[in-house]
Amino acid sequence: MSKTDTTERDMAEAGEQLSTAPVEDLGAGGGPTLGAIGWVRWFWRQLTSMRVALILLFLLSLGAIPGSLIPQNSVDDLKVRSFKEQHDVLAPIYDRLQLFDVYSSVWFSAIYILLFVSLIGCIVPRTWQFTRQLRGRPPAAPKRLTRLPAYTTWRTEAAPEEVRKAALALLGKRRFRAHTTGDAVAAEKGYLREVGNLVFHVALIVMLVAFAVGQLFKSEGGKLIVEGGGFSNTLTQYDDFKSGSLFSTDELAPFSFKLNRFTGTYETGGPQRGTPRTFEADVTYSTGDGVRKKSVIRVNEPLEIDGSKVYLISHGYAPVVTVKDGKGRQVFHGAVPLLPIDNNITSTGVIKVMDGYRDKTGKKVQLGFPAFFVPTYAGKGQGQMFSQFPGLVFPALNLSAYQGDLRVDGGLPQNVYQLDTSKMKPFKDAGGQIFKKTLIPGETMTLPGGAGSITFEKEIKEWASFQISQQPGNGLALAGAVAAIAGLAGSLFIQRRRVWVRAVRGDASTGGLTVVEMAGLGRSESAKLPEELADLAAALHSVAPTAPEADEADERAEK
Amino acid sequence: MNLAAATNESLAEMSNVLVYSSMAVYTLAFLAHIAEWVLGSRSKVGRTAAALTAPAQAPAVRVRQRDGGTAVLDKPKVVTRSAAGARDVPDGPGAAGGDEKGDLYGRIAVSLTTLAFLVEAAGVVARALSVQRAPWGNMYEFSLTFSTVAVGAYLAFLLAGKNVRWMGLLLVTTVLLDLGIATTWLYTDSDQLVPALHSYWLWIHVSTAIFCGAVFYLGAVATLLYLFRDAYENKLAQGGTPGGFARSVLERLPAAATLDKFAYRVNAAVFPLWTFTIIAGAIWAGDAWGRYWGWDAKEVWSFITWVAYAAYLHARATAGWKGRKAAYVALIAFACWLFNYYGVNIFVNSLHSYAGV
Ligand code: HEM
Repeated sequence: MSKTDTTERDMAEAGEQLSTAPVEDLGAGGGPTLGAIGWVRWFWRQLTSMRVALILLFLLSLGAIPGSLIPQNSVDDLKVRSFKEQHDVLAPIYDRLQLFDVYSSVWFSAIYILLFVSLIGCIVPRTWQFTRQLRGRPPAAPKRLTRLPAYTTWRTEAAPEEVRKAALALLGKRRFRAHTTGDAVAAEKGYLREVGNLVFHVALIVMLVAFAVGQLFKSEGGKLIVEGGGFSNTLTQYDDFKSGSLFSTDELAPFSFKLNRFTGTYETGGPQRGTPRTFEADVTYSTGDGVRKKSVIRVNEPLEIDGSKVYLISHGYAPVVTVKDGKGRQVFHGAVPLLPIDNNITSTGVIKVMDGYRDKTGKKVQLGFPAFFVPTYAGKGQGQMFSQFPGLVFPALNLSAYQGDLRVDGGLPQNVYQLDTSKMKPFKDAGGQIFKKTLIPGETMTLPGGAGSITFEKEIKEWASFQISQQPGNGLALAGAVAAIAGLAGSLFIQRRRVWVRAVRGDASTGGLTVVEMAGLGRSESAKLPEELADLAAALHSVAPTAPEADEADERAEK
Repeated sequence: MNLAAATNESLAEMSNVLVYSSMAVYTLAFLAHIAEWVLGSRSKVGRTAAALTAPAQAPAVRVRQRDGGTAVLDKPKVVTRSAAGARDVPDGPGAAGGDEKGDLYGRIAVSLTTLAFLVEAAGVVARALSVQRAPWGNMYEFSLTFSTVAVGAYLAFLLAGKNVRWMGLLLVTTVLLDLGIATTWLYTDSDQLVPALHSYWLWIHVSTAIFCGAVFYLGAVATLLYLFRDAYENKLAQGGTPGGFARSVLERLPAAATLDKFAYRVNAAVFPLWTFTIIAGAIWAGDAWGRYWGWDAKEVWSFITWVAYAAYLHARATAGWKGRKAAYVALIAFACWLFNYYGVNIFVNSLHSYAGV
């Protein structure tokens, strides 16, 4: 065996167990020859190796890419539908590859499940190994300390035993784990690095579990409420509702709330005219145990009730209208929420009169009034029905009218904000054009032919839409996240390092003085290591100072 | 009300003037750096080649002695060497190459960069004051802050006595590029934020995001130069003769091991902060949109960037992946960050629609 070989092995031993990273046997190329169990063991070793973890990490990031470029069902199913309509060749292929549901697809799940199996398969043995290291002692000094990244030496008149004793005490005081083996003291510090690293990897698992729990048990629904209206947390009250596969409806927290008032304020002048300033929903809520409270919900400040969160999502106007039949009998009165189509809250929708209305012949028919609403009207003849400002400055309502069958009973899901005109006839004006009028608050539009009237009341309400969601596991996810960051900081900022101090009686060439050698080795190279070694050396040096040069000492002896 | 609006407009204008002025000063700094590199090329130093061809030696530690009768007990001298397997190569002499005039120009360049940084930072502050909010509402403002922070971090390294002047020219060049793109294509008039962005999380999440990006950028510059310098050293070690460009420019850079270490430290130090940024974003999303993680394009790319940097850190601890391969991973990771920043805002439809290109 050549000399370099021994030194290399010596060095490897010095750095051994300085971390709990799995040992890589790059040489092991082929598979095993040991039958089924051998294969399983081989496969497990591969799966839990750093290399495979690395590859899985790559695959995970690669796999996440298509989901950001192709519309996703979980994010926006409308976009998925329109994508499918536009790409009739690609869409079926994408569908087969689950590219519209990347993050719940079989292949993406396979990647992260494998990664996490690998992670667990890595953490468990590393934890064992680490506890063993904690119980064990730092390895003995390598023969040639000069080969280490930081090294220093001097000669002293102090006896080797004394130097070692002083070194042991010094390193102990600096919170190294130190012990004497043979002619040297071996010491190690920075075990918290490993703790941090293990905490980080465990926290990843905690976060994954929390995420999974959240997905499986979550519920999420939307509700639009007009001022004065309320909501109680049962399935039937939602406008739309989604839930995780393990969610059951009795997990909906029993609470209710009422929207007292919605306030939106906007910048009234300057270049930012119209920019929203505040959105506030004043609500009164009551919880399952009968407590009633007032609260304000803002855009970034959801209301939390019994583990459910109520978010303010959007808002708009709901003009109050009164519809009368030809005889002057009121058949409809109420606020009708309209949907905004631009930043100045130009809104559209339909006022639907389902029943109670009879035409001149006494026949029951339904009425539909497609409506355009602007909170701030530009004025007659001033362009189109587009709002000039989001606040209620000069509200106007533009209506046309249809009669016939609204087809709301047909069983087909129908958007309440759209009018299905397939079974309806518009009212026409004298010129044969569709009858249309723009009203300001208090004005009434009389339908042609004595068919009745519709009044745009002075009172205009606002509506707000809320998302009510319940997602268990959030606390756990947050705890995991905090632990992950703390662990990561420990793992990356703490240095795990070893220091050896060797003190031996020198031979004749040193004049019989003690030769002190100190060396340091870190897990990763660090500028701090030499500094720390210099510091330790200085401290030890004050106990075992440098002896005068041998020949100098001889000279003095001669005198 | 109108008076306030008017002062705001003049502040916004002032911000623009400051930004343009900083570009002018950065240009001067750029020229000074060029002069530094040109003058530095006059000296011919072949230290790397010498170090690589000389036989390996045990570190020479002089045993300390008392001079005369006075006992001077200063610290024993510590010698350092690269870990086993790494090359022991001294760092290059820097852009000035030991040339005095070159060094002077280098110092001028750093002073100008400092001045430009101050002017640019004032521009960012003026912009913030003009809108009375965090100056991170659109891509123009991001780009502005991004280059300010990158230069700030570079100057902070210099101030801390770190050897980073070698990246001056490259940094100033890219800062000019960034500002050029910002002022021409990304420019947006100063404007208010929509209520969804009214949150203290904006300060936390966006500032850390920009900071991480800017410092990751310094890491990426070091990584890129590492790859060149490493190739140069490899060629020398194999007895080859590198081209004139390599001998003049790469010779003056720090040793590959130094660049690699610098890049690693920077990336490793920023990684926990990047983790925090993503988590802060998730908490904010939880408050604003009712779900803390929804695989929105921006979220996806932040995640990809995070996984890529984790892969880089892993690669450095994996046999057979250290060195150049890990460096490629680091560059890919930074490319992901860049794509998240520019690409997602421009090409992908995202809830993070503040882009305002
Ligand atoms: C699945 C199997 C995994 C294995 C076998 C593994 C193994 C390791 C080991 C041994 C280290 C210590 C390296 C060192 O001390 O320098 C480490 C560090 C680290 N791991 Fe993992 N890990 C795994 C999964 C993950 C995952 C899923 C992530 C996150 C995406 C991750 C992120 C990190 C980070 C950031 C470090 C710090 C690197 C450093 O200390 O320089 N690991 N990992």
